[in-house]
Amino acid sequence: MANFAIRVDNLSKQYRLGQRGGYKSLRDLLAEGLKRPAQFLQRNANQRDSSEQKTLWALENVSFEVRQGEVVGIIGRNGAGKSTLLKILSRITKPTRGRVEGFGRVGSLLEVGTGFHPELSGRENIFLNGAILGMKRAEIRRRFDEIVAFAEFEQFLDTPVKRYSSGMYMRLAFAVAAHMEPDILIVDEVLAVGDAAFQKKCLGKMDDVAKEGRTVLFVSHNMGVIQSLCSRAIFLRNGSVFADDSAAATVTAYLRTLEEQAVPDLMTRTERRGQGQIRLTHIDIRADENDPFSMLATGRPAQFVFYVSEIHPGMSCSFTVYDQFGQPVTYFDSTVHGQLDEVDSGANSDSKAKFLCEVDALTLIPGRYRINAAIMWNGEMQDHLEGAAFFEVAQGELMGRPVLADSGYGSTLLHHRWLRPV
Amino acid sequence: MQIESLLQPSPPQTPPQTEEELTQSYFVVDPAQRWGSQDLSELWKFRELLYFLIWRNVKVRYKQTALGVIWVVLQPLLMSFLFSIVFGELGQVSSNGAPYLIFAFAGLLPWQLFAHALSTSSQSLVTDQQLVTKVYFPRLIVPLAAVLAGVIDFTITLVVLVGLLIFYGVSISAAMLTLPLWVLLLLGAAMGVGVWLSALNAQYRDVQYAMPFLAQFLLFATPVAYASDLVPAKWQLLYALNPMVGVVDGFRWALLGQEPRLGISPLISAIVVAILLISGIVYFSRVEQSLADVI
Repeated sequence: MANFAIRVDNLSKQYRLGQRGGYKSLRDLLAEGLKRPAQFLQRNANQRDSSEQKTLWALENVSFEVRQGEVVGIIGRNGAGKSTLLKILSRITKPTRGRVEGFGRVGSLLEVGTGFHPELSGRENIFLNGAILGMKRAEIRRRFDEIVAFAEFEQFLDTPVKRYSSGMYMRLAFAVAAHMEPDILIVDEVLAVGDAAFQKKCLGKMDDVAKEGRTVLFVSHNMGVIQSLCSRAIFLRNGSVFADDSAAATVTAYLRTLEEQAVPDLMTRTERRGQGQIRLTHIDIRADENDPFSMLATGRPAQFVFYVSEIHPGMSCSFTVYDQFGQPVTYFDSTVHGQLDEVDSGANSDSKAKFLCEVDALTLIPGRYRINAAIMWNGEMQDHLEGAAFFEVAQGELMGRPVLADSGYGSTLLHHRWLRPV
Repeated sequence: MQIESLLQPSPPQTPPQTEEELTQSYFVVDPAQRWGSQDLSELWKFRELLYFLIWRNVKVRYKQTALGVIWVVLQPLLMSFLFSIVFGELGQVSSNGAPYLIFAFAGLLPWQLFAHALSTSSQSLVTDQQLVTKVYFPRLIVPLAAVLAGVIDFTITLVVLVGLLIFYGVSISAAMLTLPLWVLLLLGAAMGVGVWLSALNAQYRDVQYAMPFLAQFLLFATPVAYASDLVPAKWQLLYALNPMVGVVDGFRWALLGQEPRLGISPLISAIVVAILLISGIVYFSRVEQSLADVI
C-alpha cells in the first residue's frame, strides 16, 4: 500500500467566466447561430471555443501529498482556490488538468445541512442527510441517539425543519455531519455557524476525528483554529501553493503576505470586495492626533481614521481587529450609535471625508495586530479590505498597572482592581 | 491557544479501515473525458441514497395537502370521467367494447406515471442543485429517483383499477400475467425520457418551458383518451414511434383482455425505449462531468 492518503498531482482547474453560476439559454445559442452561421457550426463541431470567452485559472499546478492520519489546514484569501480544491478532492467537479489519487472513503462537508428538506421532520432529515453524506442506513440508525444528543433537542424531532430557528437547523445539520465516519474528511469553513458554545463543541468533534487517525483536510479563515487542530498547513495564493509547511510556519507566511500588501495608499489594492461606489482610500492609526506616526501603547489613547473616496448620507464604517494568530479580538461598527458619537458637519477646513474612531485607553496586550475594514451604504457592502492596515502596540500600563507581554491567554485586557487578603 | 481545554471527550468512533480495506477503496479524480462513463458498481454502492431520495420525493409530494394521498386516486378517476363523457358519450369514440371509464382509466394508469416522470425528472437536477454542487454521488440517481417516486402512485392507482375491473365484471385472462412486462417497458420509457430531459434542462432551462406543451402534445399522441386503431393504418408506424403508444396498447391488452390481437406497436416501442435509454445515459454521462460547473 502506498504511503499517502491523498496525492494531488499538478492539479489545474479552469473556469470560463460567466458560465459559472449562469446557464446557457437555447435562444442565445440560436441567436448566435443566426448571426454567424459558419462560425457557429464550426465551433460546435470543435465543441468548445476558448478564444472568445474569458477564462480564469482557479487552480494552477497544485501538487501535494497527504499522509494517512495527517490533519492539514488549507488557508488563503477569498478566491485563492481553496473551495475549488476541496470540490475536486471530493469529486464534485473534475479538474481541467492533473489528477488526484487517494485511498479510503471520502466524506466531504462543504456546507452544513446539504439536502435538508424543509417539509420533512428533524428525524426524517437525519436519515436523508446521513444518506447524502454517504452513511449507511444501519449506521445512521445505530448512531441516531448520539446524533440527537449532540444536537441537544429531542422535543422538536418530529417538527418539520421549516419551523426550526436557524440555530436549531445548524445544530441538527452539524450533528449529522459530525457522525460521519470517513477515512478522509474534507471540511470547508462550516464551523463558523451557531453560537459560541456550539462552535466549541464542533471544534471538539473535529479534534476527536483528527485524534482517531483519520485524514483531515480543513479550510478555515481562523488561524487560531488552524494552528491548534492541524499539524500542517497549505497556503494557496492565486490558485497555486505558496507555502506548505508546519501549521505555525504557514500561518506566519500567510499573515506576512497580508502585511506586505498593506501599502498606505489603499487605492492601489486590487484584492477587495464590494460595490465600489465608495472606496477606502487611506487608514491612519495613531496615538496622538497631531502626530500621525505616534506609536500605540497599552493603556494609551488610540485613534483609527478611515478616509473614504466619497461621502453619502447613511454610509457606515466597520472594522475588526485581529491578533497575530489571526484570531478576531474586537469589532467596531459606526451604525451602532453611542451617546458620545458626533457627526462632523464639515465646519473644519481640513475635514476630509473620513470616519474617526477614538479609543480613550487601548486595552490590547502588546503585539502586532491587523485590521479588516468595510464601508457599507444603502444596505450594501461598498468596500471590504482584508489586512487593510497593521499596527503595533507597545508595552504600557493600564490604570497604573504594567502589562506583561503576551501571556498566551488572550489579547484583550479589562480595567480592573484587586482586593487582596495579604 | 487554549482550545484544547475546551474540548470535550466523545464516545469513540469505529476506527479507520485496515490497510487492505483502504487499498480497496482506491480512487482517482481525472480530468473530464470526451465521453463520460457510468460505473455500475458505483451506482450500486449508492443504492441507499437512491432509496432515500425516492422516499423523500414520495414523502414531500403531498405534504400540507388536506386530501393527501387521495389525490393519487382522484386525479385519474376525474380524468377518466371527463374522457368517458367527452369522448365516449359526446364523441362516440369506440372503446372496443369495454366500458369507457375503465378503458380510459387503463390508459391513464401508465400515462400518469409517464407524465409525472416527464415533469419531475426534467426538473430534478435543477431542484437538487444544492446536492449536485456540494456532495459527490453518481448523478444518475437524481433523475432515477424522480421517475421511481411515481411507482408508489402507480401501484395505488393499479389497485383502484383492479377494483374497477371487478366492479364492472371484466373477466380475468392469462394476458394479465404479462403486466410486469408492460410495467418494465413503461419504466424504461419514463427513465429514457427522464434522463435525457434532466441533463438537457441542466444546460438549457428552455426545457422547463417546453415541458407543459410537450406533455400535452404527447397526451394527444398517445392512445389514452381513444383507442390506437383510430389512427389510419398508413400512419400507424410513425405513430408507434412514440414509445407510450406500445405501452398503453400493452396495458389495455393485458388488463381489459377483450382485444385478441396486439399490433406491432409494442415491438417498436421496445426498440425506441432501448435507443432512448442508451443514448440518454451516454448523453447524461457526458453532461455529468461538468454538471457542478454548468448547472
